[in-house]
Amino acid sequence: MAKYLLLKHYRGAPEPEGFVPMDRWTPAEVTAHIRYMRDFAAKLEGTGEFVDAQGLAPEGTWVQYGGEGKPPVTDGPFAETKDLIAGWMIIDVDSRERALELAGELSAAPGAGGEPIREWLELRPVMSEPPTVTE
Amino acid sequence: MTGPARPGGVDEALLRVLTPQVLGVLVRRGADFAAAEDAVQEALLEAVRHWPDEPPRDPKGWLVTTAWRRFLDAARADSARRRREDAVDEQPAPGPVPDSDDSLRLYFLCAHPSLTPSSAVALTLRAVGGLTTRQIAAAYLVPEATMAQRISRAKRTVAGVRLDRPGDVATVLRVLYLVFNEGYSGDVDLAAEAIRLTRQLAALVDHPEAAGLLALMLLHHARRAGRTGPDGSLVPLAEQDRTRWDTAAIAEGVAVLQAALTRDRLGEYQAQAAIAALHADAPTAAETDWVQIVEWYDELIALTGNPVARLNRAVALGEADGPRVGLAALAALDPALPRHTAARAYLHERADDLPTAAALYAAAAREAGTAAERDHLIRQAARLNTLLRGGESGGGGGGG
Repeated sequence: MAKYLLLKHYRGAPEPEGFVPMDRWTPAEVTAHIRYMRDFAAKLEGTGEFVDAQGLAPEGTWVQYGGEGKPPVTDGPFAETKDLIAGWMIIDVDSRERALELAGELSAAPGAGGEPIREWLELRPVMSEPPTVTE
Repeated sequence: MTGPARPGGVDEALLRVLTPQVLGVLVRRGADFAAAEDAVQEALLEAVRHWPDEPPRDPKGWLVTTAWRRFLDAARADSARRRREDAVDEQPAPGPVPDSDDSLRLYFLCAHPSLTPSSAVALTLRAVGGLTTRQIAAAYLVPEATMAQRISRAKRTVAGVRLDRPGDVATVLRVLYLVFNEGYSGDVDLAAEAIRLTRQLAALVDHPEAAGLLALMLLHHARRAGRTGPDGSLVPLAEQDRTRWDTAAIAEGVAVLQAALTRDRLGEYQAQAAIAALHADAPTAAETDWVQIVEWYDELIALTGNPVARLNRAVALGEADGPRVGLAALAALDPALPRHTAARAYLHERADDLPTAAALYAAAAREAGTAAERDHLIRQAARLNTLLRGGESGGGGGGG
C-alpha cells in the first residue's frame, strides 16, 4: 500500500527511439492512443488502485516573490531547455514491482502505426506517514 | 451509506461491535460472503432508521433477523441465485454455535491468503471492524470509489471460499499489524481500531502471538502523544516528554506481554513488544536498559532474520557498548537498508565526529520515505552545521 506518482512529460524526458510527434499521427491513431489511456485509468479504478489523474496545459510560468509591495516576478513561458510536465496519475499499489509494471503498461500506449510509443515516464514514490512502529 | 448518528440516535459503537457478529451468523448459515455483507449493510440502514423510535430489546437478534430476511429477499429476486437459495432453505436450522466461532471465521475470511494485503486490510476494516467505505477511504487517502472497488473485488475473491478448516492466525495478525502501522489520517484512528480488533481476536483465539501483537500495539500506542511535537514534527525517543506517555496503556501492555511470555512460545511480536516494554519502562532515556534490548533484538533476529531488526540492533549496540561498536556492527549490513544512513549519522554524532554526522544526516534526509522523517533529518543536519560554523543560534533545543 504505497502511492506513486506517474509523470508524463511534454519535454524533458529522454526521447524514445523512433519518436514521431503526435501531430504527425493519423486521427485514428490519436483516438486509439487516447482510448488506451482512458481504458488504462478505468482499469485501475476497477482494481482499486486509482487515486487521481490530471492533464496539465503546456504553458507554464515561473513565478517569484518580487519584494515588499511589488508584484511577483515572472519568467514568461518556459524556455526550451526546461522540463515540462504534461500530466500525472497517482496510483495506490501493494508494491513497487506493481508500480513499475503499471508504468510500463502505460508507456506501451499505441502511437504511430499502432506501435507502442514506449514513452519515458517518471515514477516517484509519494511520501507517506511514518509507521506507528519504529525503533 | 450510513451517516453519523443524530443526537439521541443510534449507538454507532454498538453497531460496529455487532456488525461482524451478525455477518458471521449469516455466513455460518450458508450465505455467501458478498451477499451476506450487502444484507448486513441494509439491515444497518434499517437500524439507523428505526431504532431511535423503537429500540429493540435484543439488538443483535433484531439485526440477524432483518439481515437474514434481506438476504433471502435478494436471493429470491435473483434467479441466478435460485439454486443456492433452495440449498439454504433445505439446510437444517442452525444449532447453538458460540458467537466466537462466527467472528473468528470472519477474521480468517478477511485475511484470506488469496487477497492482496491492501484488499485484506480493507475487507477486515469493513467486515470485522464495521467501518464505512467512506471512513476507510479517508483513512487511506484514496477516493471512495477506489476503496469501494477494492472492497467489492475482495468480496468477490472470497465469495467461493468455504472455511471448513481453521484459518491461519499468523495471516490475520499480519493484516492487523498493517492496519496499526498505517497511522492516523481521516476521521478514524486506525491504530486504535487495530487495537480494538486485536483485543477482540486475542480473546477469541488461544495464541501467544495474538497477545504479543496486542501488547506491542498497546505499548507503541501509549507513547504516541510523545512522538510528535505540536507542529506535527517528529520527536525522537530520547527527547520525548515521558509524562505524555499513557501509563495505563503501558501497564496493560506489559501485563499482556508478561502473560504471553510465561507460556514460553516466543514469536516476533512478543519479542518486539519486549523491546517496546523496555523503552516504556525506562524513567529517562539515559536509564534505558540497552543491554537487555540488544538481547531481545538477538531473539528477534533468530526468529525472523529480519534485516531491519539487525539495523536496529546495531543502533542499540551503539547505545550499550559505545558508538564505535555500533558503527562496526552497522558496517557489516547492507547500506541500502532503510534508515541505514540515518543510523550512521546518529552514531557518528555520538562519536563526536560532527562533520561526518552532518553530511550523513543530509544524505539520510534525501533517502527518507516520509515527510516527517525528512524534515527531522534535515533539521539535524542544519543543527550540526550551525554548530560547526560557530553556533550563531541555539538551534538544538526541543528539536527546533
